[in-house]
Amino acid sequence: MNILTNPKKLRGFEKHIKIENVSRRSILKTLGLAGGFVLAAPVMMRPSFAYETGAGKMPHGVVVDPRVFVSIAPDGMVTIIAHRSEMGTGVRTSLPLIVAEELEADWSRVHVQQAHGDEAKFGNQDTDGSRSTRHYLIPMRQIGASARTMLEQAAAKRWGVPAGEVKAANHEVVHSASGRKLGFGELAADAAKESVPSIEGLKLKNPKDFRYLGKGEISIVDLHDITTGAAHYGGDARLPGMKYAVIARPPVTGGKLVSFDGAEAMKVSGVEKVMEVKGWPWPSKFQPLGGVAVIARNTGAAIKGCNALKVTWDDGANAKYDSVAYRTELEEAARKPGLVVRKDGDAEAALKSADKVIIGEYYLPHFAHASMEPPVAVANVKGDKAEVWAPVQSPGGTREDVAKTLGIPEENVTVNVTLLGGGFGRKSKCDFALEAVLLSKELGVPVKVQWTREDDVRHDFLHTVSVERIEAGLDKNGKVIAWRHRSVAPSIASTFAAGTVHQAPFELGMGLIDNPFEIANLQCENPEAAAHTRIGWFRSVSNIPRAFAVQSMVAEIAHATNRDPKDMLLELIGSPRIVNLSSVKDPWNYGEPYDSYPIDTARLRKVVELVADKGGWGRSVPKGHGLGIAVHRSFVSYIATIIEVAVDDKGKLTVPRVDTAIDCGTYVNPERIQSQIEGAAIMGLSLAKYGEVTFKDGKVQQGNFDDYQVIRIDESPAVTNVYIVPPASPDTPPSGVGEPGVPPFAPALINAIFAATGKRLRAMPIGKQLEA
Amino acid sequence: MVKLKINGQEQNWDGDPDLPLLWFIRDEIGLTGTKFGCGQALCGSCTVIIDKQAVRACITSVSDAAGREVTTIEGLHPTGDHPVQKAWRQVNVPQCGYCQAGQIMQAAALLADNPKPSHDQIREAMSGNICRCGCYQRIENAVHLASTGV
Ligand code: FES
Ligand code: FES
Repeated sequence: MNILTNPKKLRGFEKHIKIENVSRRSILKTLGLAGGFVLAAPVMMRPSFAYETGAGKMPHGVVVDPRVFVSIAPDGMVTIIAHRSEMGTGVRTSLPLIVAEELEADWSRVHVQQAHGDEAKFGNQDTDGSRSTRHYLIPMRQIGASARTMLEQAAAKRWGVPAGEVKAANHEVVHSASGRKLGFGELAADAAKESVPSIEGLKLKNPKDFRYLGKGEISIVDLHDITTGAAHYGGDARLPGMKYAVIARPPVTGGKLVSFDGAEAMKVSGVEKVMEVKGWPWPSKFQPLGGVAVIARNTGAAIKGCNALKVTWDDGANAKYDSVAYRTELEEAARKPGLVVRKDGDAEAALKSADKVIIGEYYLPHFAHASMEPPVAVANVKGDKAEVWAPVQSPGGTREDVAKTLGIPEENVTVNVTLLGGGFGRKSKCDFALEAVLLSKELGVPVKVQWTREDDVRHDFLHTVSVERIEAGLDKNGKVIAWRHRSVAPSIASTFAAGTVHQAPFELGMGLIDNPFEIANLQCENPEAAAHTRIGWFRSVSNIPRAFAVQSMVAEIAHATNRDPKDMLLELIGSPRIVNLSSVKDPWNYGEPYDSYPIDTARLRKVVELVADKGGWGRSVPKGHGLGIAVHRSFVSYIATIIEVAVDDKGKLTVPRVDTAIDCGTYVNPERIQSQIEGAAIMGLSLAKYGEVTFKDGKVQQGNFDDYQVIRIDESPAVTNVYIVPPASPDTPPSGVGEPGVPPFAPALINAIFAATGKRLRAMPIGKQLEA
Repeated sequence: MVKLKINGQEQNWDGDPDLPLLWFIRDEIGLTGTKFGCGQALCGSCTVIIDKQAVRACITSVSDAAGREVTTIEGLHPTGDHPVQKAWRQVNVPQCGYCQAGQIMQAAALLADNPKPSHDQIREAMSGNICRCGCYQRIENAVHLASTGV
């Protein structure tokens, strides 16, 4: 075979790779219970690098093997596997680009192939947590360098010269002493027979010789297909004999089907069958909610049929969930002591002795992801085999769950990962794919399950709802001497474990216990909150409420003490230092080792100063305009934003300008970082202006883009500028990009509105609050 | 029986004449470039061009399109080199890409009607097309670029 891939051969890397045979789901299950669950220490394999990452701790860890990821055809075409899911970040391009860089491949002769879900083969595939570049920059470089070394060894043997005399460059291997050259295609067969070099001995390229990395000159591989309609998303798979299904699900989370009458639905032209879909009891994890499916010859008929169903539901335990009452519950909980999750000094005493105490209580509602592509999946189950086509962020987890749901071995399940029409965390949960396999199994034909937009908004794994209460104690010079932050919100862990009332370490670690401020008496508490709907990860997760509260509070203190908000912010961040989190039991730190990814206030200060400089902090603005600033560290990246708003006398809000500075360490594609930050500004504005899902009688009150609005082009910022901090050195660890742009947006906006109008908004969304 | 033309090809439909054109195009004909985002004319993902007008295929029935010329993203240009498509690539507009077929069709209809739109006119004409990834700044720039020559 003229390829480097040979899955039957031993990889040769086993000793370096610790395979954690636990799924994220099983980790989460234990999270909700007392005692916690500690994973074994990570085993990462890059002795030549200055930093460690948490990649080895992820389920199935990392696979560094050129034979798994690279193949070369006789004509020289190089195929590189993309094993993470593409939902708009550019990862399907950037990870293979890293391999191509080290491989010395010419990108125009590289084909990217999407991996199906198989974590034993490819390593962890969960595309979430802004982790892909952070965890894979080094492994992908090593994979490319290994393949390059094998090609060089093969060429050296062919010519009978020492391997040290040959060098790969631009898709060929050259022996400069004799002027001989061989193309990658000519060497592929021999290279495949070479042993895979040990990682320790690999020679990686000097970053100053990079052709692609850090340049931002390569467009995403799907660009042409996206512009011609040829790109394939979840709903675009078509199989012979495929049926189309739309499902009516219990309107209250945890509700059950009592009975249904499908007679009217069956009268709809094109409808072929009405049937029950199995549901799982609450808390249902990633399993389907159950309900009634309408099967038809096309989606339009299935939707029409579904609307004609008559269904009786038992609403179950959450039938009284009411967002107005729940907000009051959260506020009451936030006004009483809760579980202490960080305690530096004695905030209690310091608040008592303070000259002045400033209190801010902030409310943030549920958000729905509303990715442009609603959940959708195609499944074909035949006997004890299943094949799925789906836009999933968790191909490996989906495969596991399909196998478990059908009671068949994992090897019998193929999960084909399509492009994702947006994910934002929603598509980390594969309930929609499980619905498709259940229906296909029962019907014996391929089935596509299409969620309508209403299904998506009403049956989402919503962003939590929270009250964040901060009390800041000031001495008589206006210095902050005490800080108590109570965060109360239902936890994501409640979706996995009944009775969960406290947030998990991964939620507490998002802007609460990792507070970077230099305040001697700092306490964080987490009062109890029970969940009444499915809570899930939403782009940047708990960082949204935390950054909103903390960064609003900074501006409130600045106002109360007559200080400039940026100066106040820098004063609170304090001296350049590594924040000591020794009073925190589990600092989490996004799963990264603290040595490699500490909270470095010098970097936090730097993005504030950079954005202040570039964004013209303090510039004079027209009447009715105002500037606001906020900074936040999340996903181990540092991001600061300045927003200029204009509010007219009717309360109409516009955003003339956004400036954002990001320090994400070593980076691969600055052009995609820019697009992520531009997008985060739009998402941040959507959430701040309109983002709210509410419940009454247990049911979601919104359904589509008329009542769950998002920002449109005519209200988007006139300009968004992005400044990327260059990495301090090539050894600076890479950090997150997809999510961190969101958290500082809302507080910067709210602070700008205060500067423009004198109105301090403490609840999101803004809605009509400015019109009063 | 409804007869219509899609990307220059005759199509017949003898099913429910009220079937939204979107599902006829996607499920019955198999042209999957046109996307579903809301089903209520709120997002623009399903935008196609009918007789030079941008139309939401999710609320247009097959019978509404009877006897008319429907153009989908697949039919906009034989090699995908309509000025709007070229501008889109030059500006690296898409993130996830899901909304982009609709955006491109809307922009193509705009430029056919108004070859030199102002920035405000671009924003107005494109305001029915949601991009949840938030590519608006680039969409605006790309439409502008397409209008000035790519
Ligand atoms: S799907 Fe037609 S406008 Fe949204
Ligand atoms: S590019 Fe993702 S919705 Fe527009």
